[in-house]
Amino acid sequence: MSSKRSTSQTQRAVAQSTELLQELVAHLRQNRTQLREEWANRITEAQLLTAMTKEEIFTEATSVYDNYVETLATGTFEALQSYSRNLSERIIPRGVETHEVVGIVLLLRDVLARSLFAKYQGDFTMLNRILDAYEPAANRIANTVAVGFVQERERVIRQQQEAIRELSTPVLQVRERLLILPIIGVIDAQRARQLTEQLLRGIRTNRAKVVVIDITGVAAMDATVANHLVQTVEASRLLGATVIVTGLSPEIAQTIVTIGVDLGKMNTVGDLQGGIEQAERLLGYKVVPVADTAST
Amino acid sequence: MEVPILKQGRFLIATIQAALSDADLLQLRRALIDKVIQFRSQGVIVDVTALDVMDSFATRTLRDITNMIRLRGASTVIVGIQPEVAFAMVQLGLTMEGVATALDLEEGLAHLQQRAAGKT
Repeated sequence: MSSKRSTSQTQRAVAQSTELLQELVAHLRQNRTQLREEWANRITEAQLLTAMTKEEIFTEATSVYDNYVETLATGTFEALQSYSRNLSERIIPRGVETHEVVGIVLLLRDVLARSLFAKYQGDFTMLNRILDAYEPAANRIANTVAVGFVQERERVIRQQQEAIRELSTPVLQVRERLLILPIIGVIDAQRARQLTEQLLRGIRTNRAKVVVIDITGVAAMDATVANHLVQTVEASRLLGATVIVTGLSPEIAQTIVTIGVDLGKMNTVGDLQGGIEQAERLLGYKVVPVADTAST
Repeated sequence: MEVPILKQGRFLIATIQAALSDADLLQLRRALIDKVIQFRSQGVIVDVTALDVMDSFATRTLRDITNMIRLRGASTVIVGIQPEVAFAMVQLGLTMEGVATALDLEEGLAHLQQRAAGKT
């Protein structure tokens, strides 16, 4: 609500005091070198952007400063939005945090406000009017930059989540009618659902009779995850496939018994090799070393 | 809608073509039990490939059919449960314990033949 109010105030202020803003912009352009330097120094002093060198900070500071002044001059935020997205894209991989971005924009706002105080200290009416024009615009700029940064960050996180999701659920056929599903990492409700769906589809397309689910790579298991596993096993059975679960670590075995999840319906074998061997027996395969077949 | 029941050698095959009402299911149950005796069948296959929903009544009826046919000395296989249906059933807790299942008709027949071979 407060942001809505400040936006409408901004619009009114911008409409009423374009002239004042232009004067302000002229002042900022005139003192560009000095203000920019002061700002860069303040950033270093406050120990923000520690991941970047002093020169880099100065270069970025310059371009941010110019964009800032440009936005004040034009009153349009589209350019600033795309600039801040672009900036975020560059600095996020370097480990810049949200508080740093917000911090430096607020520092710039303060530096500029101070310079306005210094310039108009003789004329309080004028100072008041200038600040009336400046403050809403400055706040909106700070807001835009921070929001742009956070959005970019969220986009990166979403992208990574998708990548992990796609990577993490292969259903592999190792023999005719035998599938392996190696699960690695953390299983949450969504992933469990996806795993099950993929497995069921795999059973259908490969006409599998036996499935080995290997959970060696699963670090921890709670009641929810264990129940998901039970559901997967039962759903596979409804499609006519037998499931063998392998690779339960001692910790997981203990947890499961302690929680009291009913794993009675589950076929468990110590390791993946044992699981595959049992699956082969179920399917009627017999694997013999070449030497043995030659001698008989 | 009546479910056609075909005799194939020593087995009976009931293929469900469309969603069934509760009355249809009960009718199917009755017909299967009768025909198992009539044809002296060793096994029954119920093909549910065409079903995209299985509610609790259908699940229970299928389980009842299995148990009743077992009492008549034959075995039953449910074939063709769709992956989505299987997932939904498990989430609803309808797991059809003790009921044999197979991927499709071919698998079901193979399963019954294996069982018959084991018995004799």
